[in-house]
Order: sequence, then structure tokens, then C-alpha cells
Amino acid sequence: MRFTSASKTVALLLASIALISACSTPVPLEDKPKIVEKSPEPVQVDNRAVTTQKAVEVDPLTVGALAKRSIYFDYDSYIVKDEFKATVEAHAKYLVANKGRKILVQGNTDERGSREYNIALGQKRAEAVRKALALYGVADAQVEAVSLGEEKPKATGSDEASWAENRRSDIVYQ
Amino acid sequence: MKSLFKAFVLSIIVLVSNAAQAQMRVEVSGVGSSQFPIAVAAFADEELSPQLVTSIIRDDLNRSGYFKLIEVGMPISETANINFDTWKARGAEALVVGSVQKRGEGRYEVRYKLFDVAKATMLSGFAMDTPNPKIRLTAHKIADDIYEKLLGLPGVFSTRIAYVTKAGAEYRLEIADADGEGVQVALTSKEPIISPIWSPDGTKVAYVSMELKKPIVYIQNLITGQRVTVANFKGNNSSPSWSPDGSKLLVTLSKGAIAQVYSINADGSGAQRLSNSNGIDTEARYSPDGQTIYFVSDRSGGAQIYRMSANGGEAKRITFKGNGYNVSPRISPDGNTLVYISRREGGEQVYAMDLLSGQELRLSDTNRDESPSIAPNGRYVLYATQAGRRGSLGIVSTDGKVKQKLTIQAGDIREPTWGPFMK
Repeated sequence: MRFTSASKTVALLLASIALISACSTPVPLEDKPKIVEKSPEPVQVDNRAVTTQKAVEVDPLTVGALAKRSIYFDYDSYIVKDEFKATVEAHAKYLVANKGRKILVQGNTDERGSREYNIALGQKRAEAVRKALALYGVADAQVEAVSLGEEKPKATGSDEASWAENRRSDIVYQ
Repeated sequence: MKSLFKAFVLSIIVLVSNAAQAQMRVEVSGVGSSQFPIAVAAFADEELSPQLVTSIIRDDLNRSGYFKLIEVGMPISETANINFDTWKARGAEALVVGSVQKRGEGRYEVRYKLFDVAKATMLSGFAMDTPNPKIRLTAHKIADDIYEKLLGLPGVFSTRIAYVTKAGAEYRLEIADADGEGVQVALTSKEPIISPIWSPDGTKVAYVSMELKKPIVYIQNLITGQRVTVANFKGNNSSPSWSPDGSKLLVTLSKGAIAQVYSINADGSGAQRLSNSNGIDTEARYSPDGQTIYFVSDRSGGAQIYRMSANGGEAKRITFKGNGYNVSPRISPDGNTLVYISRREGGEQVYAMDLLSGQELRLSDTNRDESPSIAPNGRYVLYATQAGRRGSLGIVSTDGKVKQKLTIQAGDIREPTWGPFMK
């Protein structure tokens, strides 16, 4: 049997009427059933028990200074600028407190010039960050500085804004 | 009378098609300062074989930039009687004739002769037993022989090139004939591949792959596909180049600090530091006699090219011009010419320097040039450049006159390397 929209509407209408009829039937007060009181079953609970709860823990790596993973560099420069010192310090403190954690510092360059020379330039940027971390006490074993050269740009334009975005070291937790 | 052609724009576009991969297109914008007028007759019965040898030979000679092809009407076999006067009258100084014969299932014999028209003598000729898959190779070898007999230099038509392509998120290392045909894929990857370089015997390619999220040097045997990890030290491992006997490589290792030049055995053992600075030392290449190393260093400020003994030690700076940026040194097979990339007002361009006199010459008129590679006959430089927003390849002759651009339809092409002579 095929349900046409007309027969569906009729069915809906009938169901609605039935529902409304049911709701509108008044219940006489004298027919109200008697409420029987029952005493509750005895429950085996130690009313001195304590269950430990943990307050919501925010991963420190996802908030504040530690969420910042990139350090940007000026053209032809490998010096960590003042504005990024707080980021470096925050990650250094975390790594010193968590000796089991390791990071990769990936250095990047803009697209101009020889790919091989840019591998080496990118390394200088990764090294600058590694050295800065070491000055705050981070162990060598926890940091590997590598370079991606110009090969993995974040910004793909050929203008100063894109180039500035790519002159960058990234901290990658492993 | 020989015609003299200065560099000028030609509208010769040679389309080389290739069933599986993207079509490579060659655009000629400059030819040699003199072009040898040559008539290449169609080889008799060449339709017997699946590849037409005459057009392969003509395209090779055309692309070389040093020949002017004279029109020829009909096929001429190597047994025909030649009327040299008619060829003289048409302006040809040399004549090529030949034939193709079937020698069995999938086997052919290609015969060829080269004549000096003025002297009415035969300069060269041979017959080559050729299985089906090698017909193009035989045609290239004939073109090589013509080039060598008339110009005095070995031809490179039967050599191969390798390069990296990037299309979307996929990188490939591809191997092709020097004319862009016969493309084979050596490696596919989702991460960058850079710095491929042929072994001296042409059976292996060393390259840098970032498949493990950092630069690592591998050697791949092209025949077996087998890969050897040559260098995976802490930090970066890159910039491979081969010793003349193929037993060692020069590599750049950062070993957790700054890039320095090391030599290492082809099996990855015996890494030895050769350079000695607190800055960047990279892009090292041996001279053809293996006695000297040329490399890039930033020890005096910008990137400059230096030379030192193959045992390391004191380094002597050899580039001084340009905007503080001279990189990617390559040495010609005769050891006399340095080819490199120099940044000038026009951008990064291909330069050649005579190592005896120090005289330099700009070779390319493109800019944003990278990654030069010298042909094994020392006459041409293959390099990477940009065509609009896409990576393309360029070829220039070491005297700067021959100029060509090679593009593929889909994606970027970069990091070319010219393979050696092979049997």
C-alpha cells in the first residue's frame, strides 16, 4: 500500500484527535487512587565514605605562553628577539620540570635562494632557540634542532608578509 | 657559406610527449653563435620499427642549438649513391642517411652514415643491433656520433636527467631521457625531496628526503630500488655529492649544531669533518680529479664560494662580486670552469667563472635560478627557474648563447641533475 501525502495527513489528523481527546478527559477527584505509604528498603551505604574527585585539569601545553610554539626572525637574522623571550622561557621551565618530554625545534626560511643554503640557514634559527633553551637549563637530550629550509612554508605568497611568516622556528612536542 | 646566428628569439617549440607523465615542452630562445648546416634524410623503412628514428635525430640536433637542419624530401638509405653537388647547392655541409631493417621478433638493425658534402667523403657510419625498447637510445647514439664528428665534442643526447616534481601534496623523483622522454618514477613521497645527484656510474641517485620529518641523506639504486640511509645524524643531513670514483660522498651535517662539510663512505660509515668554521659551510663538490673541494661558506658575512684541499684545512675565497650571495658551486668536467648562482640586481642567475683567469660571465637571462647541473660534455648547464608562478627548468650553454626553457603541464619541476655518460 502506498502512503500518499493525502492519506498521511488524514492519519496525522486522526492521531491528533485521539491525543486531544485523551488530554481533555477530566479525572473526577473521588476516583483518585489512594496513596499507600511504604517504608524504603534498607540500603547498604557507608555514610562516612569519601570518593576522591579531581578538579578539571588544563594541559599546560595548550594554554598561555606554552601554547605559543613559533619564534619569528628578521631577514638574515638568527637572533631571538626580546618579544619571544617569554615564550622560550615558558617552554624551558616546562621542559626542566618534565625531564621525560622531548621537543623538535624546526627552523624555516623564506623561499629566496638555494634550497641547500636555506637548510643551513633554517638550522641557525633552530639552533638559536635551542641555545636559548639551554641557557635556561634545558638538557641537550630533550631538544633536537632540525631545519626544513624553505620546503614547508606556512605562507605561500612571494611578498614580504609571506616571507616574514616563514622566517620562523617552531617548537614541536614529541 | 656558413651562417652566423647571434642569440635571438626563435619560435621553435618542440613538444615531446610521454604517455604516462606530464608532457615536457621545450622552448628555444637562443642558439649557438654558429650553426652547422646539415641535411638529415629520412631513414629508409623506418616505419618497420615502432619509433621513427629520423625525427628523434632531427629533434636532438635542433635542440642542441648548433645545427641548422636543411629540408630533405625523401628517405635515403646508406647504400644509395649520393649526388653531393645537389646537397652543396642546397647549402648542406653534412648529410645523414640510413635505414632500418627487421632482424627478428622485436629486433632491428639501424644503419647510418654521415657524409662530408664538400669533400664528398664518409665521416662516420655504423650498424646497431637494437631490441625494440632501445630504438630511441640508438637514435640518440646516432645523434651523439653526428655531434661529435662535426663539433669535436661528445654529444649528450643519450644521457639521462633526474629532477623532482611537486603536484599537490605529492613529491616525485623522476628519471627521464635528456629529451624529456621515457619518464620513470624513482620515488614518491608526501614530504619534500631535494638535492638529487647521480652517481658517477649512472646507476644510483643520492638525495635528501624529509619523509621522517627532518632532512636525511639516502642513496637509491635505480635498478633494484634498494635504498641505503647514508646519513641520519642528530640534526640535519643534506647536500650530498659524490667522489669521482663513487666510493664516498661529501655531505653537510649539522650534528645538532651548525652546518659543516663532512666526507662519508657510500655505506654511511666513516664520517669525517672537513670544514672548519663557526658558521655555515655547505654545498660541497669535489673537483673532477678529486683533489679539491669547492663549497659555500658564510664565514666572511654573506654566502660565498670557497676552495680547500680534499683533506680539509685552509679555505680560500673565490667569489667576490654580486650582492653578498654566491652559492651552488659546480665544476666542469675539465676542471677549468666554475658554474654557480649569483644574486645580482636582476635576482639569482646562473654564472660561469674561468678558474684560471677569474673572469665571469652571466649565462642565464631568467632569474630566481637555482640548482645548476653541468652536462657531462661540459657544454650545457641545466638549472631550475620559475615560469610565472611555477617551477620550470632551463638550459644554457656555458658560453651563454644557447638558451632553452623546459616546462611540464602539471605541477612544479625543480632540482634537476644531469646524469653521466653511460654505455
